[in-house]
Amino acid sequence: MAVTSNNQSRRQFLLDMAKTACGVGVFGLGLGLYTRQARALPPTAIRPPGALAEADFQGACIRCGMCVRDCPYNILELARPEDDLATGTPYFVARKIPCEMCEDIPCVKACPTGALDHQLTDINKAKMGLAALVDQETCLNFLGLRCDVCYRVCPAIDKAITLERTHNVRTAKHTMFLPTVHSEYCTGCGKCEKSCVLDVAAIKVFPVQLAKGELGKHYRLGWEEKKKAGESLVAPEIEHQYNLPEGFKYEQGPGLSGEAVAPHAAPAAPSGAPRALHGDKL
Amino acid sequence: MSPNGKIGADAVLAKGWLGAHKWLLLRRVSQLGILALFLIGPWAGIWIVKGNLAYSLTLDTLPLADPYVLLQSLLAGHVAEKLALVGVAIVIGFYALAGGRAYCAWACPVNMVTDLAASLRRRFGIKGGARFSRATRYWILAMTLVLAAASGAIAWEMLNPVSMLHRGLIFGMGTAWAVILAVFLFDLFVSPDGWCGHLCPVGAFYSLIGKTSLVRVKAAQRSACNDCMDCFVVCPEPQVIKPALKGAGKGIGPVITASNCTNCGRCIDVCSKQVFGFGLRFNNKVADNAPRGETAALGNRP
Repeated sequence: MAVTSNNQSRRQFLLDMAKTACGVGVFGLGLGLYTRQARALPPTAIRPPGALAEADFQGACIRCGMCVRDCPYNILELARPEDDLATGTPYFVARKIPCEMCEDIPCVKACPTGALDHQLTDINKAKMGLAALVDQETCLNFLGLRCDVCYRVCPAIDKAITLERTHNVRTAKHTMFLPTVHSEYCTGCGKCEKSCVLDVAAIKVFPVQLAKGELGKHYRLGWEEKKKAGESLVAPEIEHQYNLPEGFKYEQGPGLSGEAVAPHAAPAAPSGAPRALHGDKL
Repeated sequence: MSPNGKIGADAVLAKGWLGAHKWLLLRRVSQLGILALFLIGPWAGIWIVKGNLAYSLTLDTLPLADPYVLLQSLLAGHVAEKLALVGVAIVIGFYALAGGRAYCAWACPVNMVTDLAASLRRRFGIKGGARFSRATRYWILAMTLVLAAASGAIAWEMLNPVSMLHRGLIFGMGTAWAVILAVFLFDLFVSPDGWCGHLCPVGAFYSLIGKTSLVRVKAAQRSACNDCMDCFVVCPEPQVIKPALKGAGKGIGPVITASNCTNCGRCIDVCSKQVFGFGLRFNNKVADNAPRGETAALGNRP
């Protein structure tokens, strides 16, 4: 009798254990899936300077808020449960307040775990995100105006954002100054996005993995390889033959050169020469 | 139970109201004081303590770090900077002496929420509810550690009510209040002492730290016990009391050695016979040397 009840209680004990283990296991599975989902950082949320890659960051950040406290400009916030990123982790929204890029990077120094990498000592090497001029249809510079605000406020002016000049075909007599971001120098501080004069910024800072494309790992750039090897890696290039009117020559770079065509000859002969050469006006 | 049915009424008669609430009051002072130290910075600009219970820096010199969250971080594949590791060592050292779950009773802000639920439960006579094993918390603890290792993220921090409440109070609550409300309602209607006593893995972790802690509650005058049961009613972990209080015949000493005891001292407060007191884990002899006359005198003390 005693043996039976002993057996029964042991069976009950094992059953209870199994129940608890399964319940907790299912709970853990749900939590794990939830955590995975939270790894997709929303595009507006930018991590502080030195933040590890998102997957590593979530294992390193203990949500203590020391970076928030030591930021002299109160830029950082800790995500609340209703926010779209891991609860308690720090972020900022560039359009609201961008990073001021302190030279001593106090937020990184304050991080006790190194979730903000302490090896980052030069703020100009930070990669909080990457600016991208996402809308060329509303950017005033692309419309042919001289707004230039994003370019002017950029802490790495003429490096991270340059103005590339190009002919304005709409007016045919102006130049367009196109803001162009260079990922090598952009720290993702967000000042350009903050300062964009449009109601909705045409230039935005995104997490790097969203803003940047990536070549296939096997891909090689011919001209880079040629530079390294001193010669082309494939069969030698054949020099291109141009069919030009007599007296003209074409060189890569400088373009066309040669004698001007005589004015009287122009209307008579639609010779296949470039349109610009017809008549005297460009 | 006390003659008029009110728990602790005898103790108030015997020791006065203050005497019967001494440790409770001290605990509230400690809980609110710790919270105030964290809040006085953001609210008044006086920066004594920065951070929260996960990691804090006091007066820009003393680091304190939660070993449980850093263990999860380690399992997730990240080794923290030196300051956090020093903080972990200090915290483990402290709670290994003071009783691991003293964290729960004296520092954790959720304790005030669950204490409120427990006291309302007693006041309105809410009985019963779901009961599950008190060992569930260790299963959850193990699950959070496995999950950290498997996912590479500190997954438990996605919904840990302890850090959510503390961080929420200091850095902005958002909808974290809903999680805290859930814990409160769970304890009030679903399961008595459900959160702290059965589920919370933070408490489970600290009880492991305090397995051999020095400071323990002791039923030194257990022969004076008049079986009023008040201590069992107020104790959030009543199972820890029985061996120390009633184990004389079975050769068990008067020290409450179970590491799930939170060292809250409520049993000391509520006992009119002054059976309990804080002490060290040593001197846990079975022989109860207190002479009968002395315990009787203690019991008659006004």
